[in-house]
Amino acid sequence: MAGETTKTVILDNSGIRRALTRISHEILEKNKGLSDVVLVGIQSGGAYLAREISLCMEIIEGERVPVGSIDITLYRDDIKQQAPHKSVGKTDISFSLEGKRVVLVDDVLFTGRTIRAALDALMDHGRPCCIQLAVLIDRGHRELPIRADFVGRNVPTSLKENVEVTFDDKQQPVEVVLEK
Amino acid sequence: MEFKHKDIIALRDLSKEEIELLISTAENMREVNSRDIKKVPTLRGKTIINLFYESSTRTRTSFEIAGKRLSADTVNIAPSNSSATKGETLADTALNLLAMKPDIIVMRHAVSGSHYFLSKKVGCSIINAGDGAHEHPSQGLLDMLTIKDKFGRLDGLKVAMVGDITHSRVARSDIQGLTKMGSSIFLAGPPTMMPPGVERLGNVTVCGTMKEAIQDADVVIMLRIQQERQGKTLMPNTREYSRYFGLNPENLKLAKPDAMVMHPGPINRGVEMSSYVVDGSQSHVLKQVENGVAVRMAMLYHVCGGELE
Repeated sequence: MAGETTKTVILDNSGIRRALTRISHEILEKNKGLSDVVLVGIQSGGAYLAREISLCMEIIEGERVPVGSIDITLYRDDIKQQAPHKSVGKTDISFSLEGKRVVLVDDVLFTGRTIRAALDALMDHGRPCCIQLAVLIDRGHRELPIRADFVGRNVPTSLKENVEVTFDDKQQPVEVVLEK
Repeated sequence: MEFKHKDIIALRDLSKEEIELLISTAENMREVNSRDIKKVPTLRGKTIINLFYESSTRTRTSFEIAGKRLSADTVNIAPSNSSATKGETLADTALNLLAMKPDIIVMRHAVSGSHYFLSKKVGCSIINAGDGAHEHPSQGLLDMLTIKDKFGRLDGLKVAMVGDITHSRVARSDIQGLTKMGSSIFLAGPPTMMPPGVERLGNVTVCGTMKEAIQDADVVIMLRIQQERQGKTLMPNTREYSRYFGLNPENLKLAKPDAMVMHPGPINRGVEMSSYVVDGSQSHVLKQVENGVAVRMAMLYHVCGGELE
């Protein structure tokens, strides 16, 4: 029927787990271990996934990686168009970023504007050695020259479609849904 | 929850949910204030005019810092360098300032209700930094944030407020805000400084003595004697006032052991509070000032996203 949205599950829970495990291995391989690696997730989905990736890495390497979360609301480039303004979330980075290999984590990579804001926000917290980007889903349609270093699944989409990663009450990933 | 107001003039005009939103935004804004780089680009390109017709150190500086931390351009106008001294009316001053295209005017004025008058004249956002004996919403919000920091909640608390209630805009904002959030207010002060019918504002009890008000209180808010205004005519002398309505380590023991002491400042040491209390472990006076910047950042942020009313 016209105007009705259809939802397709493109990754179920076990699919998400496999993708996060692979991303964890790739991060370890690229950085040759855990030395100076820290994870920073973008609120809110990215922060939940960053915690999951850190648990995967702990299982693989037997060591914990520092995990922080960043809220990019105050760095958005569309704030003038927003009325009313979004509520400001919590940024929690309890460790120094100076000289660290920061892996920025988000759930869905789309236009790249959220990542641009996150890069600005991270730079205000210190000067990392490098910043890498890990995303669960890359849906394309970039408006800025940004690409991910680690991708769970590439999902080519149209601009009319929406990709949503759902989480349960315990902030555990449930599934990835494509809405048409 | 969305904040849809263009202006913040009184906590009386805000719902409980809107007050909660401002407080939670301020809680998260504090992270910016604790960094090495205390600046975010949020209000880049916005112009804020701090139009203070009355002297102020804390509030004006706090609003200025808040604006600058959000990357807005801030301009300060003090009473001595305002054209008001040449006889210009408030409306004319505001319209002239408006011609310079500010986004927000933060105003303090001695006349209660002057902000409502101004908000009808100008299209930019108006934030009340204190109007006469009416309200001081940013102080009310920072007081609530400071109380929430300690107790983790605002409901079910006994809050004692002591001093010149009649002329205190802080008292009115605190009463409006705290009663909406579920606290009980107990007032004490000289009968000459107690407004008739104040109980009608909400969950408010007027006490006969200071001891009655602070007995088992979770929070004791001491108010300033406004010597420059009505103080001299409403009480015999400061010594007598201090004896009956001053907070000292002895009468503070009547409150709960972990009670917090607050004061909007500036403090008349030895009159409203003894120095032992001001500098004591239960005093949260400097924490109030610290929270003031975050609260004002939250106010500036949300009025910029408010819809024209």
